[in-house]
Amino acid sequence: MIELRSVTHAYGDRPVLHDLSLRLAERRIAILGGNGSGKSTLARMLNGLIVPTSGSVAVDGLDTRTDGRAVRRRVGFVFQNPDTQIVYPTVEEDLAFGLKARKLPKDEIARRVAGALERYGLDRYRHQPAHQMSGGEKQLLAIAGVLVLEPDYVIFDEPTTLLDLRNRRKVIELLRGLPQTLLVVTHDLDMVKDFDRALVLEDGRVVIDAPPVEAVPAYVERLG
Amino acid sequence: MLGLYLHRESVIHRLPAGAKLGGLMLVTVIVLTLPGAWGALAAGLVGAAVLAAAELPAGRVLSELRAPVVMLTLLFGFQAVLAGGGWMETAIAVARFAALILLATLVTLTTRVMDMVDLFERLFGLLRPLGVNPAKMALMLALTIRFIPLLGDQVREVRMAQRARGVERNIAALFVPLLVKILTMADDLTAALEARGYDPADTGTKNGTQR
Repeated sequence: MIELRSVTHAYGDRPVLHDLSLRLAERRIAILGGNGSGKSTLARMLNGLIVPTSGSVAVDGLDTRTDGRAVRRRVGFVFQNPDTQIVYPTVEEDLAFGLKARKLPKDEIARRVAGALERYGLDRYRHQPAHQMSGGEKQLLAIAGVLVLEPDYVIFDEPTTLLDLRNRRKVIELLRGLPQTLLVVTHDLDMVKDFDRALVLEDGRVVIDAPPVEAVPAYVERLG
Repeated sequence: MLGLYLHRESVIHRLPAGAKLGGLMLVTVIVLTLPGAWGALAAGLVGAAVLAAAELPAGRVLSELRAPVVMLTLLFGFQAVLAGGGWMETAIAVARFAALILLATLVTLTTRVMDMVDLFERLFGLLRPLGVNPAKMALMLALTIRFIPLLGDQVREVRMAQRARGVERNIAALFVPLLVKILTMADDLTAALEARGYDPADTGTKNGTQR
């Protein structure tokens, strides 16, 4: 479970999140809200990429301020733009990057990479340079690069924003089949309709916290 | 030169990165030591043999040489004109360097970046007493190779956006948005590296400090 206690965050003197206290225990949670509402800051806080100005965030009891590295082992993060998270030139090498950073044995790395290539349909791109792939393929690689680390939680920051309809559908299908706890920041209201919980942020505060069947219409109404 | 890895199941591909790089250095010393055209001829023959053994498409490999050969011809051509050297010497000098560039290209085309990075990490390890972090240096190498084509895309994108707005050639107009894009990319990349388990405090040894 991820728990936020009285979390406040500011960039300089610009406040972004105000006194958030949340217990996130559901398996599929959507984080909705307009641009600048604090969604991405909140998401980056959940795996310790950002630590709050005040208050605390804990993942399974581990504080992101003091146990950042251990938290990031449990919580994977997929960014909006795959180009900035693909580190190595070819698909196979990039999948191995995170595993190598964790100093896993070579045969374990090879086994997990081979599994990920097959599971996420990337086998035929194995030796292909990532910069020659389409946007959808790159996003798939970025997601696979995180899932190969076998995290318990995965946070997605607008995973379908840069994709066409076909790739959007592919990513949504992939997300549906994942066994992990997912927290998805998105503007794609259709994607989250079967989620367990939706949080709507406005000016750094949670203004709606309900199942999507209630939260989405209420959010649309607030938008006017 | 940065022709990236081209996968084949050849004997050259299977050779360790260290052996290929060591071989390249050895041939370089021989080429620069042998007099006249002999060095170029020796390197050319080794290059042709490696090219055949690596099962790579000759056209693709030779196309990598086009730009450096033009540059070398201009360089040695100017030298011949200004310093009064002969055209034969110019042709031999260009041939020697072109043969070496061919061999270097073959090394990059047949070696996975990860294997090359592992090798450099071991080599940089020798500089650890001087305060060098081998893991950081190796990652820098991998990122440079990965991001060169991406930066090319960014330059093209900014130029296209400016031409669409009627600005044909303006260095400042290209530089400013490009710098902003690069800094944003660097910021995102830092977060992504951390999210994927890279620890900047890691010394690159098995006993790297745990946070």
